[in-house]
Amino acid sequence: MSKEKFDYFIKGEKGKYEVVIGLEVHAQVLSKSKLFSGSSTKFGADPNNQVSLIDSAFPGMLPVINEECVKQAVRTGLGLNAKINNYSVFDRKNYFYADLPQGYQISQYKNPIVGEGKVLLDMPYGSKEIGIERLHLEQDAGKSIHDMDPSNTYVDLNRSGIALMEIVSKPDLRSPDEVNAYIKKLRSIMRYLGTCDGNMQEGSLRADVNVSVRKEGDKNFGTRCEIKNVNSIKFMQMAIEYEAARQVELIENGKEIDQETRLFDTKKNETRSMRSKEDAHDYRYFPDPDLLPLKLEQKLIDDLKKSLPELPDKKKERFIKEYELNAYEANVLVSEKEISDYYEEVAKFSDKKLAATWMMGDLFAMLNDKGLDISKSPISAKHFAELIKSIKSGEISGRIAKEVFEIMVESGDNPKKIIESKGMKQQSDPKELEKMINEILSKNKDKVDQYKAGKEKLFGFFVGQVMKLSGGKANPQLTNEILKKLLKG
Amino acid sequence: MADITNQSLNEIIENVKTKKVSSTDLTKAYIKNIESAKKLNAFVTTTFDQALDKAKQFDNKPNFDQLLPGIPLAVKDLFCTENTKTTAGSNILNNFIPSYESTVTKNLWNNGSFLLGKLNCDEFAMGSSNETSHYGNVINPVGDQLVPGGSSGGSSSALAADLTPATIGTDTGGSIRQPASFTGTVGLKPTYGLCSRWGIVAFASSLDQAGPMTKTIKDCAIMLESMSGFDDKDSTSISKKKEQYSKNLKDNIKGLKIGIPKEYRVDNMPKEIDELWEKGKKILKDLGAQLIDISLPHTKYALPTYYIVAPAEASSNLARYDGVRYGYRSKQGKDLIEMYEKTRSEGFGDEVKRRILIGTYVLSSGYYDAYYLKAQKVRQLIKKDFDDSFTKIDAILTPSTPSSAFKIGEKTNDPVSMYLNDIFTVPANLAGLPALSMPAGVDKKGYPLGLQLIGKVLDEQKILNIGYAFEKNCGFKNEIKKWWS
Repeated sequence: MSKEKFDYFIKGEKGKYEVVIGLEVHAQVLSKSKLFSGSSTKFGADPNNQVSLIDSAFPGMLPVINEECVKQAVRTGLGLNAKINNYSVFDRKNYFYADLPQGYQISQYKNPIVGEGKVLLDMPYGSKEIGIERLHLEQDAGKSIHDMDPSNTYVDLNRSGIALMEIVSKPDLRSPDEVNAYIKKLRSIMRYLGTCDGNMQEGSLRADVNVSVRKEGDKNFGTRCEIKNVNSIKFMQMAIEYEAARQVELIENGKEIDQETRLFDTKKNETRSMRSKEDAHDYRYFPDPDLLPLKLEQKLIDDLKKSLPELPDKKKERFIKEYELNAYEANVLVSEKEISDYYEEVAKFSDKKLAATWMMGDLFAMLNDKGLDISKSPISAKHFAELIKSIKSGEISGRIAKEVFEIMVESGDNPKKIIESKGMKQQSDPKELEKMINEILSKNKDKVDQYKAGKEKLFGFFVGQVMKLSGGKANPQLTNEILKKLLKG
Repeated sequence: MADITNQSLNEIIENVKTKKVSSTDLTKAYIKNIESAKKLNAFVTTTFDQALDKAKQFDNKPNFDQLLPGIPLAVKDLFCTENTKTTAGSNILNNFIPSYESTVTKNLWNNGSFLLGKLNCDEFAMGSSNETSHYGNVINPVGDQLVPGGSSGGSSSALAADLTPATIGTDTGGSIRQPASFTGTVGLKPTYGLCSRWGIVAFASSLDQAGPMTKTIKDCAIMLESMSGFDDKDSTSISKKKEQYSKNLKDNIKGLKIGIPKEYRVDNMPKEIDELWEKGKKILKDLGAQLIDISLPHTKYALPTYYIVAPAEASSNLARYDGVRYGYRSKQGKDLIEMYEKTRSEGFGDEVKRRILIGTYVLSSGYYDAYYLKAQKVRQLIKKDFDDSFTKIDAILTPSTPSSAFKIGEKTNDPVSMYLNDIFTVPANLAGLPALSMPAGVDKKGYPLGLQLIGKVLDEQKILNIGYAFEKNCGFKNEIKKWWS
């Protein structure tokens, strides 16, 4: 693969502008219960059915930290190659809102549980490292529903108190494509770790996007705007493009950029000012006196480190070595844990190269077509391996294999059974083939003479006749060999 | 039988155990007292029917092995009680009925007692005279026009007036010890974390601690034993073995070293307080204790530190009272913000508003470092003062309050002079130490005065022992005439 050059700049009248992007990703921690209460975190329950007295902030209720959420944050930190802080503090972030029962969010401000780390992105122009500033644990708020009643707002507290990890990147991203790659990589790492399901439709992964622009070559950052709570990669990319263009236009017209918080309107595809720096909330952070500082023993961190699964970067290296895949193939096959598991199971019992080609070709096309995840594939890894084996051994031809594949998708049957019952096995017995070919040659003596006289194009005709007679099952390679031998004689 | 209600809790328990009195008769006697003491305004809510049911249940199937067999108890209205209105002395909770029971009260009930009613207190425990309650001020049984102290003023009044055999309060800066001192009773603020805060309406989380209020030291030990204990629902609860404070109570204090901190002799302190302190020292010395002069140099910063830390935490703790989910909600207000404003303006009283404003201010960006952060640093210094002293001594003796009970209305327009009432009590809260106020004498007017014993972390037994020995030799007797009935 030829290496492309990075080329994402906003072209203004007065020059090219580089876009600088930093993300604050809010990832919902995969845990059975909430960060400070025993309520369930299951998605999709009826409103206010997963709310404890703590989540709804009744008088005298106290938070108690959920150890599993702490472990999940540590695992994620380790997956991001980050420093795990043995000492961290939960703070109160104070503000009033109807879906914030306590009147404050418990978060981590000065002392987060995870410090600096990094994430590697594979871009067409090479690999790029994105710095992680920090990761901290915090509570999610409830949900205000404004459109159920013309004059009242309804509040659903099911989400209130669910654990979130806020993962703050350094301002190292430079294009919407890098944002796409970064979010996908984060998501992949967390899914490998089992710390976040990464389900953006259900709001498990959302981001605040910080955007600024500067003239190409400038060392200093421009004034940034923060676009709040964007919940899909596509919207993030659209918001960045719009926002960068807006900022460039302001600069080119000699205007100042206000540091402010903005909203992305997905219907109009534009960002709008939400509040300026002057109106910014004073959250009056202070350490939550209901919770003691979180002290992690090094042993716990070490044990969690030892029990981490193999992560995408490592797995990619191994796939290249062990399965002789190229970087592109390895990248695709490790992008999701389920895909890599599927591939390894197939490769274990069949040909590793052929398995990769068929997975990335026919299997992915079919899944994509049906809108299915690999975990819901109608073809099991075991059956898929059988199919690859049959192709490799020459039992069936590539063309027949495509037919078998189609039948497997429909029926979910074992390919062996399909090949058997439909008689799709390739004719690979040389004696049988020779018999068949001799029969054809004796029936077409005139064509044989023409061939021998130099009309070698007729070779294709003989092959076609063999295929016709065998019902497409004659081994093409063997057919060629035998034909050549007999036509010489 | 003579009036059982003027006996100590310990005596009453003995009488129940020996079947000299049934739980039902005991409960009826207190109900009678309470009904004739409405003037004191000590109760916000009474639960007589429920109490009589429980008493009857006990009498039908008595279990005399419990610490508090068949004992009716009234508690401060800051403890959430299942199915019984809990107001925290505030209008904003005037209709709040918890579906849960605080750990501390649950512990009391599990030891055989039951609820007699909920006692008046300063609104959200913010006050030193019980004058900030939405439910009116409480009268001190010592005298018609006197405050009972605060914030556990309903508790001290009810206890001194024989409306409950013992009670519990909460102490954030002196709210158990000061009212105990004002009413000639015993009040203990335990080590921070000894009693669970779960289910107690929060004022300042890092300082709040529940504790017993009783007529005698022995009663105090019984109550502490009943109410304390580790609770995994409170992250600041201390995990330790349960102690048998009453069984282990000893009056031999020979050889104990008692620290006398020079910083507790404050300007303009009434001579009577000084004399009381001298009297206390003499009694302990005569009992064989050794008096040692100590210095707690940062004591003078304790009150300003307290009045930054406590309001800061309160401003955040009280944010949940917004009219959205429970409690009072103003009928006015066109939108969410207006609803908040009206609800909180109408729901909170002036003192609570004052502290929310102070707390919001000291936490604001630009002021945080100068106030809150600095206060937390000073707090560490105050704690260190104690830690250093406790390497040489067993306990510290100080006056409980700078004066005896004052008149209703005397200080309501002067918050600073009101705050000065807490000057001897706040250091123990800031340092998380156990501190006991015990009656020690009366002033010229005949109003009770208390002395305070401050102990090491989790050294409740020792200060109870010192108090026990002191009590036996002090000769204090609370002479309260039941002028109200």
